[in-house]
Amino acid sequence: MWKMIVRRFLILIPQLLFISVVVFILAYFMPGDALSGLVDPTMTAEDIERQRELIGLNEPLPVRYVNWISAIIFEGDFGQSYGHKRAVTAVIGDRVSNTFWLSLVMLILTYLIAIPLGILAGRFGGKWPDKAILFYVFVAMSMPTLVLGILMILTFSFNLGWFPSSGSVNAIVLSQGTNWEIFVNRVHHMTLPAMTGALLGTVGIIFMLRANIIDRTASEYVKLARSKGVPTRVIFNKHILRNSIIPVTAGVGFAIAGLLMGVLFIEQIFGYPGMGSLFFESIGRRDYAVVNALIILFSVLTALGMLISDILLTVVDPRIQVQ
Amino acid sequence: MPLLEVTDLKVYYPIRGGILGGVIGHVKAVDGVTFSVNEGQTVGLVGESGSGKTTIGKAILGLVPIRDGTILFDGKDITKYIGKNRSEYRKSVQMVFQDVHSSINAKKMVLDVIAEPIRNFEKLSRAEERKKVDELLTIVGMSPLDAHKYPHEFSGGQRQRIGVARAIALKPKLIVADEPVSALDLSIQAQVLNYMKDVQEEMGLSYIFISHDLGVVKHMCETLAIMHNSRFVEVGERNDIYKNAKHIYTRRLIASIPDTNPDMKTVNEMKRIEINKEYQEQYNNYYMEGGMVYPLKSIDGSEAHYVAIP
Amino acid sequence: MSEQEKLLQIRQLETAFRLEGKYYNAVDFVDLDINKNEVFAIVGESGCGKTALALSILQLHNKNFTRIRGSITYNEKELLGLKEKELNQIRGNEISMIFQDPLTALNPLLRVGAQIEEALYYHTDLSKRERKTRAIELLTAVGMTDPELTYKQLPHELSGGMRQRAMIAIALSCDPKLVIADEPTTALDVTIQAQILDLMRKLQKDMHSSILLITHDLGVVAEMADRVTVMYAGQIVEYGTADMIFKNPKHPYTRSLLASIPNVGENLDRLNAIKGVVPTLRDMPRTGCRFAPRIPWINAFCHEEKPSFHEVEPNHFVLCTCYEDFHFESEE
Repeated sequence: MWKMIVRRFLILIPQLLFISVVVFILAYFMPGDALSGLVDPTMTAEDIERQRELIGLNEPLPVRYVNWISAIIFEGDFGQSYGHKRAVTAVIGDRVSNTFWLSLVMLILTYLIAIPLGILAGRFGGKWPDKAILFYVFVAMSMPTLVLGILMILTFSFNLGWFPSSGSVNAIVLSQGTNWEIFVNRVHHMTLPAMTGALLGTVGIIFMLRANIIDRTASEYVKLARSKGVPTRVIFNKHILRNSIIPVTAGVGFAIAGLLMGVLFIEQIFGYPGMGSLFFESIGRRDYAVVNALIILFSVLTALGMLISDILLTVVDPRIQVQ
Repeated sequence: MPLLEVTDLKVYYPIRGGILGGVIGHVKAVDGVTFSVNEGQTVGLVGESGSGKTTIGKAILGLVPIRDGTILFDGKDITKYIGKNRSEYRKSVQMVFQDVHSSINAKKMVLDVIAEPIRNFEKLSRAEERKKVDELLTIVGMSPLDAHKYPHEFSGGQRQRIGVARAIALKPKLIVADEPVSALDLSIQAQVLNYMKDVQEEMGLSYIFISHDLGVVKHMCETLAIMHNSRFVEVGERNDIYKNAKHIYTRRLIASIPDTNPDMKTVNEMKRIEINKEYQEQYNNYYMEGGMVYPLKSIDGSEAHYVAIP
Repeated sequence: MSEQEKLLQIRQLETAFRLEGKYYNAVDFVDLDINKNEVFAIVGESGCGKTALALSILQLHNKNFTRIRGSITYNEKELLGLKEKELNQIRGNEISMIFQDPLTALNPLLRVGAQIEEALYYHTDLSKRERKTRAIELLTAVGMTDPELTYKQLPHELSGGMRQRAMIAIALSCDPKLVIADEPTTALDVTIQAQILDLMRKLQKDMHSSILLITHDLGVVAEMADRVTVMYAGQIVEYGTADMIFKNPKHPYTRSLLASIPNVGENLDRLNAIKGVVPTLRDMPRTGCRFAPRIPWINAFCHEEKPSFHEVEPNHFVLCTCYEDFHFESEE
């Protein structure tokens, strides 16, 4: 097991280096650079040139890459954000916890909704509960995040007024409320974006669980269990459900990876101050130091998600033994 | 000169592992086998699952990399073939698989399935091509009307015959048939075997017939090689193997075949118990350490019958 | 073999599968009796209805697509129409099953021991420890070299032959009176097959139970069976003792099957192939002699309009009169 984990991390190194090269080059070819946004009409061409020289924009590309990457590796320094005039790590650090909590709540909600629905659909394959759930799945599958997000805001925020439509916490509550009040306020803000993500994220899990259950129900080992006189209910729980849910559990890591992409858009739609909205803001501002750092961070998180999946699989499936 | 001459063929599959996923060992799927096939001859490769018999077939077709050894076809080493020679060779050697259904494209009509190799290698007009496909279908006992149907419209036996028709489309000299009738019902199996024999006579084909079924192999092959643990344990003519087997493994295999005479029930069981006992006790006299099979040795100076004993 | 000791009686059994809204009989009015302490074989090619029949006894079909009618009585108790709960008293306890492919028939995630103990849990009062002792006993009985180890192993850690032994141990765990073995050796290599058959025969003798052997392999039947039934297109076409069927086969289908075996004993240049194909469920002939289309050289008037069984010798029955005039096409 440990060997596997170490091996995966070793593989991760060249992958990340490759990604870093790609994002660096892409950023280089993008129109504008970190200075574009700071230039004002009073500045002369020499001033701009001096600034460029100062922050190293005139060095050859490989040199700039090496400077950038070695600072990341040896000092954990992702450089300065020109938009925020602060260290990139500090800018991202502000937003990390917001995104982390939103993702976690979203993940939990996703599984809370998907697993019972998947079981129901599989158990009653072809009957009306299955048909109803499949209808939901198809609607959710064809629904763009943006549309559902706006529908949610319209219904629950503007019409019903149950939830706020943007932000992560109310500024007044944050400055004057007790810790408990702040927590409740945060959850209140998180509910709509998390529900939106979860409703869309359930699709794959429901589908997979349903298919697994239907498949296992028709399997030879279920026939054997029936021929032993095992009661139907026990067959479902012990032989069908257990064998169906294992691959789904292991999918958690993949779900995490997929979630990251979802969170990016959802934060943007709900004006939720997390890494996703930071990502889009920074692209808008040509703040490539932040963009590059975020892309690398997302890559690491995705890889970690996959690793978690594999580790979980070895834990829950006794057949898999990793040397 | 034999049509095909395989000498000391070795096929190893790498086992990967360790932190960097490097090659840490090999599975010796085929570990030094030598045999030849003459024109018009049928050679049977018999063995249980995992014995390596299928890998030999794949190596001859060039579907797996060869670790060591030579494969001479018409006197030329095919392992060194590239370009035109290689495509010439691919025309001369064809394969029939166990389950044709999974080895042909289900979305193609029978016409296209059979014509595919012709189109790859020969430039024929539509009419000529159609004529040829009709001929081929007739050879395997099907109707030219079947050309416009799809594979799923046929039974297993008919699909297997389509597989044979496709394999003989380019007038090959050698067909490697890997368990061609194992998936078929008894009555259908007989049809396919009969057609394979007819085709052989008509076209002067050679077969390498790979199977686990000793009855089928006996029916089809004059020469047999019994495989165990990636090597031949015994090679011989039909009667050498079925009437005068020398290796304990061959004898055990033959004793395991169920007999359709119910009177032999007890006799056969006693014989099996006896041979199994001998197999347990004499194992070390027939196998090297680690179950390795000894090199083949001629029996009483025979040119055909060889057995792997020390 | 005492004729009067009947264990299982099947009368007018119809097992129908639903295809696009219509039911088609895969088993078409079949009668048969299985006695105590015998090996009873049903032999036939794929699609003849033998597996459909075997699964009907314990009603293991998917109910949504299957309709079973007729009567199956076990020790004078009618099984058809029993509630699931009542059936579960019989399944695994009185009647158990062995399936074709032990790799797919064993739950991949449960240890071998647990899969044996499951049956014991529902049918015996044994304590947890006693169940384990019994499971190890059973593993020993089916010839496992290291039963303690096998008890703890997962199915994929065993070889094909070992897996099939484990499945036999499961089937025998509650001392059933009848074991239904559906192609028990088809997925195995020939040397392993011989071992499993020898084991099954030995256990059957020791336990005085009966085996209903379902197979397409006539060699396996000859090695195992006391009595044999040949099925074609959902019907029984011939039945009798193994001696009668193999030495004095009468029905054209039985004779053709036996003639199409590539025999290890004799050298034939050509095999006697049966013309045409086994009919599928949907286009199975439902009237007259169902084998007639595959022996077109036999005159139509040789067949009965409504085929019935004819006793050709005591206890040896053949369907339809065509057997009287049958000859192979090559003998014309």
